[in-house]
Amino acid sequence: MATATDYLVNVQIMGKPYAVPAGITLVQAMWHVGLEVTRGIGCLGGVCGACATHYRTADSYKLKSGLACQLIVEEGISFSLLQSFPVRKPTYHLDQITDPKQELFKHFPETAFCRNCNACTEACPQGIDVRAGIWKANFGDFKGSAEHFLPCVMCNLCVPVCIAEISSNQVGLYARRAQGVFFEEKTTELTTRINEIKTGKFDAEWNRILSMPTEALKTLSLA
Amino acid sequence: MNLLDTSKEAVNQSRQERVTQKIQSLSPMEQEILVHQYHPDYKKEAYREIQFGPNQGEKTVHELADLLEADSPVADQNLSLTPDYSVDLLVIGGGGAGATAALTAKAMGANVLLATKLRLGDANTVMAEGGIQVAISPDDTPLHHYLDTLRGGHMKNDPALLKTLVEEGPAAVQWLIDIGVMFDRDLDGHLSLRSGGGSSKPRLLRCKDYTGLEIMRVLKDGVQNAQIDLLEFSPIVELLTDEEGACTGAVLKNIDNGRFIVVSAKSVILATGGIGRLHIQGFPTSNHYGATADGLSIAYRAGAQLTLQDTFQYHPTGAAFPEPIAGILVTEALRSVGAQLLNVKGERFINEMQTRDVVAASVIRECQEGRGITTPAGRRGVWLDLPLVDLIQGEGTLKNRFPNMVRQFSRYQIDITKDPVLVYPTLHYQNGGVKVDVDGESTVKNLFVAGEASGGLHGRNRLMGNSLLDIIVYGRRAGKATAERARKTDFKKPTLKHLDRFHQVQKEAGIIPTSVSPILFPDYVNRK
Ligand SMILES: Cc1cc2nc3c(=O)[nH]c(=O)nc-3n(C[C@H](O)[C@H](O)[C@H](O)COP(=O)(O)OP(=O)(O)OC[C@H]3O[C@@H](n4cnc5c(N)ncnc54)[C@H](O)[C@@H]3O)c2cc1C
Ligand code: FES
Repeated sequence: MATATDYLVNVQIMGKPYAVPAGITLVQAMWHVGLEVTRGIGCLGGVCGACATHYRTADSYKLKSGLACQLIVEEGISFSLLQSFPVRKPTYHLDQITDPKQELFKHFPETAFCRNCNACTEACPQGIDVRAGIWKANFGDFKGSAEHFLPCVMCNLCVPVCIAEISSNQVGLYARRAQGVFFEEKTTELTTRINEIKTGKFDAEWNRILSMPTEALKTLSLA
Repeated sequence: MNLLDTSKEAVNQSRQERVTQKIQSLSPMEQEILVHQYHPDYKKEAYREIQFGPNQGEKTVHELADLLEADSPVADQNLSLTPDYSVDLLVIGGGGAGATAALTAKAMGANVLLATKLRLGDANTVMAEGGIQVAISPDDTPLHHYLDTLRGGHMKNDPALLKTLVEEGPAAVQWLIDIGVMFDRDLDGHLSLRSGGGSSKPRLLRCKDYTGLEIMRVLKDGVQNAQIDLLEFSPIVELLTDEEGACTGAVLKNIDNGRFIVVSAKSVILATGGIGRLHIQGFPTSNHYGATADGLSIAYRAGAQLTLQDTFQYHPTGAAFPEPIAGILVTEALRSVGAQLLNVKGERFINEMQTRDVVAASVIRECQEGRGITTPAGRRGVWLDLPLVDLIQGEGTLKNRFPNMVRQFSRYQIDITKDPVLVYPTLHYQNGGVKVDVDGESTVKNLFVAGEASGGLHGRNRLMGNSLLDIIVYGRRAGKATAERARKTDFKKPTLKHLDRFHQVQKEAGIIPTSVSPILFPDYVNRK
């Protein structure tokens, strides 16, 4: 195993060359060379999508995208954090919707025009099969679509690459929420418990417990 | 082979034998002794007395005490207090508590402004992995939940806050489901429940290991659909109060252009979250970038009382290797499905399902007494045997149920289905905070506090899954209380009178401030 400070690698940050210790993340490389970063950092744990970045590696012709708090520097890597840009977010109210599968096309009409180029899938730092998720939503398979989009961190990297102008992450979120609200099994165990609490099923036991001294509560065993 | 690899091999070799191995829990007495000896909360040198203000004479860690006693960034600004915004409710903090409060108040017709430091959703909430606790299985009751939490909190929890939490928990979770949060189900469609450390019954609802992401994503979408006014990159730097000391609004700072924004509000909800990025006692942290305890110093200056400000949760299993992810959480849920802790000799040393403070203390003990493993960067840690999970629960469990964890480590060529990982306690949660009543109101009128920034509910140690429940239950309560209050009250004059009082007691205590708080961001920039 190599130490983080074993040796330096040459990188380019926003077009400027720097040497930074191997083994650190792109965000840490920015700090290392003295850059203040406020926009572009959120969780530092790979789940908020704030640190979306474009980068190139030495051996490839490709412009890649990823999360700067998760990517590790390598010799010859060149990167810049993505500037924030407006993403279209249709306003909808799930409690006023009756047919969520039809309504998808009202809020996201462009979704039906996916041309299967798969650029979204390639852009996704979470490895989501975005294209499959979009088609499943189109065909009304919200459950399938929801499964694809589970790890989506809403980094927006799939948005600018879409030639059909679909905000794919927003479509995925709509499908997930609609699946949850309309199509998941009802949670009777929760309803039962809420009613039991409302109708005072535990009140006598509460009175007993709340009047006991702390010492006794330490060892009390409930039925 | 070096020591690290030899030790790892030993763990891999002994795995099969350990599948059925049971380790006895420590008695309450033994737990107390272990915690007092090794838990960072009991390290005397790390603490000092707070020298003035509502908690004068009480102790907290140096890092926090310094912030509480520091000056306001607007003290010498000659700020014009003409409001840029006038709203019924100003919610501060775009995590789970803030978003829930904003949604609740807005639904009740209040005029709400939500201001946050980073983007909406960049918060500790989005990072939660393990799950949310709620007592819904037939053989479980709110009373079991109450007692478990009380014992986990060393009997120091505020009973009223705790009773409300466990009683309103099921309704809060129902609300989440009703707005589209999807929790894992069993094959028969019922909500799937698992055990967490310190819980006598299975009580954890999850969404794989993306529970916080799932909840935050839905809440954020909800805030956008409800068209709640939002100011991102606009942290609070000071509160506003009237002649009587009641809260009347806040001063925000637009961090793009450095200008102050004055908000007049009938009430303010501080939902600014935790403290991890202060790196108390030099610990790494699992928290998001903005977790710098801003709400505590701001509320304190306005005269709000803190409670249990001396206790923090060090999660027993933060990653210790590789270095770039030091401190990142390795979820407790892995221990609840069988992952074991082992020292350098490949021996177990604790029952992994005891409460977090006990397990963390045991890891620190192993390392202090030379039974830890040193990483190439010089950190110490013990093994968390993850491949064991697949062995016990069936192949594919890690991949299917913990995709986030598998992905995190695979980025560093570590396959957690094959090898154990190195862990060490990481600064995870602020157990205490601003003292509140059951509606979330602090000792300063019209100043409400919700979520991790508040204190009392969890006592001296929070149980896994209770914080996510906290932010939903108390986010809703604070949202409701402030919306109701807005109907009955008028706008009061926004002043900085509380700063005069603050400076007065500061002077009486003989303190000349040399720094300001909040600090807003940790400083990791290399300036050499
Ligand atoms: C890695 C991790 C895993 C966890 N796992 C679990 C779990 O499985 N179960 C569980 O119950 N709990 C878990 N927790 C704890 C739980 O997630 C948090 O305690 C909880 O979500 C806190 O919610 P909050 O809304 O109070 O604070 P946060 O979600 O942190 O939100 C606070 C918000 O306020 C903003 N803010 C901060 N300062 C200012 C300022 N000056 N002005 C304006 N805005 C500001 C922040 O940027 C942030 O957006 C976990 C925590 C972490 C870090
Ligand atoms: S900072 Fe949150 S994903 Fe990178």
